[in-house]
Amino acid sequence: MKVLLNGIIKENPTFVLLLGMCPTLGTTSSAINGMSMGLATMAVLIVSNLIISLIKKLVPDMVRIPSYIVVIASLVTVLQMLIKAYAPDVDKSLGLFIPLIVVNCIILGRAEAFAAKNNPLASIFDGIGIGIGFTIALTCLGAARELLGTGAIFGHTLWGESYGMLMFVLAPGAFLALGYLIVVFNKIFR
Amino acid sequence: METVLSLILIIITAIFVNNVVLAQFLGICPFLGVSKKVDTASGMGMAVTAVLVVATAVTYGIQKLVLDPYDLAYLQTIAFILVIAALVQMIEIILKKTMPALYQALGVFLPLITTNCCILGVAILVIQKDYNLLEGLIYAASTGIGFLLAMVLFAGLREQLDLVNVPKSFAGVPIALVTAGLLAMAFMGFSGVDGGLKILFGL
Amino acid sequence: MKKLESSLTNMLAVLTVIAVVAGSVLAYVNSVTAPQIEKIKADNLAAGIKAVMGSDQIQVAEPQEVDGFKAYAITDASAQSLGTAIETTENGFGGPLKVLVGFDTEGTILGYTVLEHAETPGLGAKAEEWFQDKIVGKNPGRCNFTVSKDGGEIDAITASTITSRAFLLAIQRAYDKLKESQDGQTGATQQVQN
Repeated sequence: MKVLLNGIIKENPTFVLLLGMCPTLGTTSSAINGMSMGLATMAVLIVSNLIISLIKKLVPDMVRIPSYIVVIASLVTVLQMLIKAYAPDVDKSLGLFIPLIVVNCIILGRAEAFAAKNNPLASIFDGIGIGIGFTIALTCLGAARELLGTGAIFGHTLWGESYGMLMFVLAPGAFLALGYLIVVFNKIFR
Repeated sequence: METVLSLILIIITAIFVNNVVLAQFLGICPFLGVSKKVDTASGMGMAVTAVLVVATAVTYGIQKLVLDPYDLAYLQTIAFILVIAALVQMIEIILKKTMPALYQALGVFLPLITTNCCILGVAILVIQKDYNLLEGLIYAASTGIGFLLAMVLFAGLREQLDLVNVPKSFAGVPIALVTAGLLAMAFMGFSGVDGGLKILFGL
Repeated sequence: MKKLESSLTNMLAVLTVIAVVAGSVLAYVNSVTAPQIEKIKADNLAAGIKAVMGSDQIQVAEPQEVDGFKAYAITDASAQSLGTAIETTENGFGGPLKVLVGFDTEGTILGYTVLEHAETPGLGAKAEEWFQDKIVGKNPGRCNFTVSKDGGEIDAITASTITSRAFLLAIQRAYDKLKESQDGQTGATQQVQN
């Protein structure tokens, strides 16, 4: 439980550690996109944490990083193929950012900092905690941008059709919205 | 003539219109991480540009000579990331031996580049956009220059930010993000330029 | 259990094992998902064609490719021609905008669907619904098929003029292609009449 909460609040990957910024900004043009990206990353993170904590004794130190990268890259490729086959809409909206989960510093970071030192069960929970933290952050950011930009949330229009603050859906809004969300997070939790 | 014009279009689009950091959100980590001083930012920018060009050339070769002929396209991600990681190590070793001065300048940034998603991103995009080798290399180089430009501009702004008083909860990253947002907004002014040029060039 | 030493043999052995395992897992998953991915593509296209022709009882001929346009000749069960579905691409605001549009034999639009786009969510991306009641039933040969801002008869999507222009241009060009190929076939008879 402590491990879980740690990932969601104290070491929230987005708001506190500022890791994995590329997908955070690139895929959050709507709440649903942000959530899909968060869940995809969480899936890879949990499985990679598990596998790495299982094989940690078998991998010599000097080839540690390449081995982890191969494990993570294979998992991402498997996920990419599954998404293409069974959720083509998600593939359409996330596009390039699915293969780029490989270079998301969160995943390699957790492999190094947690999974390589802890037992498989704890590593799974760490993956879930950090994954949820990341998903919540991306969903919040996506929801904020969608709401401000188009007046809708998860595709449901809240106020009139004619409303639109285009900027928030486009690139600049990503930076601005994330900046202000971090301020809010800091105010509440620190 | 037409090929030259289309190459110019690729250059302008990659540097200004679809700037890798400010419009495509690739390479954000170093953009936020090493942009406190103009000289480190420009060092990072140059290192990224160099690695981008070399990595694109090698990954392009792998895609066309190995993955495509043997129907192994599904190994793309894994092959590219390993090649990039190995390449970065190799460049580091070669630089250290042959050009110590340049190594002094760029060396510290090299290990960080492996996890810079703009390298893998560009390598994949070159394949997706179906560029030929020349177009791919030009695209990689101009993307790198776009990255360098964004880094230097942003670092300049952040040096100024150090001199002013910022509300406590904004200090550090949040105000940097807001600044980046304004910079991205400035770059939005370029949107549509590529379409205009396309008509102008008659492509 | 003790951690393995970083000796050359150990490192080589571990990396080889990991690479082989990873490779075979990927090959297996690929063999499972590849047919499904193909099927989805084919299904999407078939469903798209049915939707744009407004009918389920159709036979789709092999596509004919002309200058980047893909044309599917459509006939009903008794081989009577119903019209043509054409895949057409134009540069939108965020990238290529790929539209599948169905024409009857006269060139009147029966329906359309957006196959691929990279337009702004919530704005240009509305093209899928926006034009349904605005262009279906119209014939691009008989009306000014541009946005009202450019003096045409079609209302553009609010705040997305570029997307709207690209969309209408894509359909206009598909229509021109259709007419060109029809004239090509009937041209001979017309000359005899002259």
